[in-house]
Amino acid sequence: MAATFCGGRNMGEILLPLLVLCPLAASLIAFACAGRVGAGGIGAIACAGVGISAVLGVVVSAILLRGPATGALQVMLWPWMRVAGFSADIAFMLDRISMLMILVVTIVGLLIHVYAAGYMRDDPGIARFFGCMTLFVAAMLVLVLSPDLLCLFGGGGGVGLCSYLLIGFWYDDPANTAAARKAFYMTRMGDVALLCAMLLLAGATGSLRIGTVLAAVANGQVSPTGVNMAAFFILVGALAKSAQIPFQAWLPDAMAGPTPTSALIHAATMVTAGVYLIARLHGLFAMAVPVMALMAVLGALTLLMGACVALAQSDLKRILAWSTISQLGYMFLALGCGAWQAALFHLMTHAFFKALLFLSAGAVIMRARHEQDIFRLGGLRHAMPGLTAAFVTGASALAGLPLVTAGFYSKEMILSGVWRAHFDLTHGWGAGGHPLWGIGLLGAFLTALYIFRCIFIVFCGKADTVATGRTSRLMSIPLGCLCVLSVCGGMIEMPAPLPRPHLFSAFIDPASLLPHVDEPFWPVLAGAAAPLAGVWAAWVVWGRSASVMRDMPGRPMRLLAWLAQHAIPGRAIMGTGRMTQATSTLIFRARTGFLDMLGVWAGRSAGWAGRLLERLHDGRMRRYAAWIAGGLCAGLALAVLS
Amino acid sequence: MDPFSFNDTLLLATILFSVGLAGVLVRRNMVFMLMSLDIMLNATALVFVGAGARWHDATGQVMFLMILALAAVETAVGLAIILCLHARGRPTLDADGGNLLRGAEHG
Amino acid sequence: MHALALLAAGVSVVAAIMVITRRVAVHAVLYLVVTLLALAVVLVMLGASFAAMLEIIIYAGAIMVLFVFVIMMLNLGQPDSAREKEWLRPRAWRGPAILATIVCAELLYCLGPFPGAQTRPSAAITAHDVGLGLFGRYVLMVELVSFLLLAGLVSAFHIGRSRAGHY
Repeated sequence: MAATFCGGRNMGEILLPLLVLCPLAASLIAFACAGRVGAGGIGAIACAGVGISAVLGVVVSAILLRGPATGALQVMLWPWMRVAGFSADIAFMLDRISMLMILVVTIVGLLIHVYAAGYMRDDPGIARFFGCMTLFVAAMLVLVLSPDLLCLFGGGGGVGLCSYLLIGFWYDDPANTAAARKAFYMTRMGDVALLCAMLLLAGATGSLRIGTVLAAVANGQVSPTGVNMAAFFILVGALAKSAQIPFQAWLPDAMAGPTPTSALIHAATMVTAGVYLIARLHGLFAMAVPVMALMAVLGALTLLMGACVALAQSDLKRILAWSTISQLGYMFLALGCGAWQAALFHLMTHAFFKALLFLSAGAVIMRARHEQDIFRLGGLRHAMPGLTAAFVTGASALAGLPLVTAGFYSKEMILSGVWRAHFDLTHGWGAGGHPLWGIGLLGAFLTALYIFRCIFIVFCGKADTVATGRTSRLMSIPLGCLCVLSVCGGMIEMPAPLPRPHLFSAFIDPASLLPHVDEPFWPVLAGAAAPLAGVWAAWVVWGRSASVMRDMPGRPMRLLAWLAQHAIPGRAIMGTGRMTQATSTLIFRARTGFLDMLGVWAGRSAGWAGRLLERLHDGRMRRYAAWIAGGLCAGLALAVLS
Repeated sequence: MDPFSFNDTLLLATILFSVGLAGVLVRRNMVFMLMSLDIMLNATALVFVGAGARWHDATGQVMFLMILALAAVETAVGLAIILCLHARGRPTLDADGGNLLRGAEHG
Repeated sequence: MHALALLAAGVSVVAAIMVITRRVAVHAVLYLVVTLLALAVVLVMLGASFAAMLEIIIYAGAIMVLFVFVIMMLNLGQPDSAREKEWLRPRAWRGPAILATIVCAELLYCLGPFPGAQTRPSAAITAHDVGLGLFGRYVLMVELVSFLLLAGLVSAFHIGRSRAGHY
């Protein structure tokens, strides 16, 4: 360790706990001030807490970046437990992965808080709201900064609790509390799996420190079966946290909370925890190839399903929720293919544009008198040009329009990672990533299709919605910042075949920086063309609406005009749209049908077993005692006779 | 020259245990069932202390303390349930009557 | 066997039998106190005077007082006694008695005469040794017992409180 680094290192060790402490203190103050301080004051406190944390995050990042690439800041606060063969500490560790996460969490979190200070101004429960929000940020920071799986689990518990509190924020409506409970239960199911994985790892390695565990796995101290089991359980936990395929149901319902909450859950905190967890343990997953393959397949399925369902939704916020599930599917696809750097990159850009989309959608809905159905909104382009621009920016980034948006670069990185992937499942039998790449490409097309469908319906067409009020300064400034981030945030990493800069790879994992000169160039072009095709299709189907479809499109290419005249693309795309709708309903049906069948069978067999046991259990205590005594008699007799 | 050998202790404890068991099985009043349970718990505690004396180990008495705490908790909760049932209109305290697992029925 | 030991053991067994056969609850409690006191004597003779003191103070003192209070609050009277008599018909005794006898016989047979001579030194186990054991090797167990006591406290409180509330 260089001597010059030590000074900064000490300061970093002082600042690192403060990073978590600031939002925590803001949360406590906000809770304590409920009813005593006005809405503006509470908002200022919360923003200050997260803002200081963001500044500290930048400072410790600078300190970290001065050190060597593999260096990490470590602070041990106090020992948690010391038992023979196992120990755990309360500690914080900052390395490059967690640095990325704290920057995303604090900066996006700060923008969301500023927005929320304007959005929630008139809500009577604003103190409770900001208390939960800042606590949410603090818990997420604990999660990403912990060097210990046990601490990480604790942070995950805090995140789950805060999401429960925030989703059920308007607890007067039973539907909201039901949604909150659903989210809580589902993520808890994942936590059980995570706990199983932790027990396995602790039993095999005697420690839950991530570095120790990864080293033990790399040294072969853990049996291959153990590694696979642990990886599988961690995967289940991450799937539940990130709402992937078996657990996807909670995220759309989580829309019940206030819009800034949705933005925080979807963009910065809750759902990214699963991706972070797997990226953090990528060394473990690299040893568990079947689990990686499973993860990639699940991610691919989720991204298709999310996109299909989003295409069939009519609620603006639900479309965004399903798009989050779909984008997380991309991240899991990348993680499954071993391209965890790409997953983290997409996590970052996704945080920017999804926060932007949610916040601008929230502002749109607020000004359209809380109308969320996209078919009842229309022509908002004239009434709110600024919000339209913000939403279109976010949507382009989500769709990944080439070169001008952040989403393009991260999606490109994922797709090239998937293209390169190879799963060596058994000796001599493996599978390449090309089919998954195809799915990813199809997903990119569908993503552009559904989000521009939403734009064309909501913002274009006839102006039949009356917009009220103005968007306050507090809300528009964060939107502007997020716009800039969603446009420029991706330019630090060019697609692999293109020349530099590759700043992100160089930053997060310098070892992986290999020249991929032998790659063909056309996958990049395909990745760029798919979103454009999606936008075009959306324009043809929804942009010009049915009346325009009959008219001659006029200026564009003649072939296009001819095609449009015969309504072939329209029909074809209507057909695909209907087909995707049908598939999504089919998926729903299959899921519910299967679960129904499972439930019915479970119920029936439980009924049989119950009737069998009914004879034994009549609820009379003395009869039970007699059974116990009889069992004792029989057991002793057996012992005597044998 | 010991007043009590380990075998004697075991004999006494077994007899007490059986008496308590018979009490639990035969009584329908829950107060008496609780008392019988206490007799059984005492018999087990006696075995622990006897074994501790036999091998001259303090563990026996540590276990005695644990059983004491267990008995205190068991009695407290049991008596609270009895009072609750009594107040809810089940003054007979019949242990055989409470087999429906429906508290509100009697209230 | 010492005469005093025989006396104490006999008293405890007889009093225990009286406990399970009484019809009036208060009588049963008093017999139970006698059982416990006799057991305390037995414990003293086993060299566990600390345990004996605890038996008297906590068991015969605190827990039995709890019983007495509850019986006072239940306000059991003549009809209860009659009902107990009806419940304690000789027929009702048959099954439990057989079962208990079988268990007793089997336990005695299994535990058998314990081989090996007494290796007990004359020194008794004092409260000092018990304390060292409690807060040395078994400190985790003490914590667990504190959890148990807390759980008991909370549940007793909850049961008692829901009684006052509307049902």
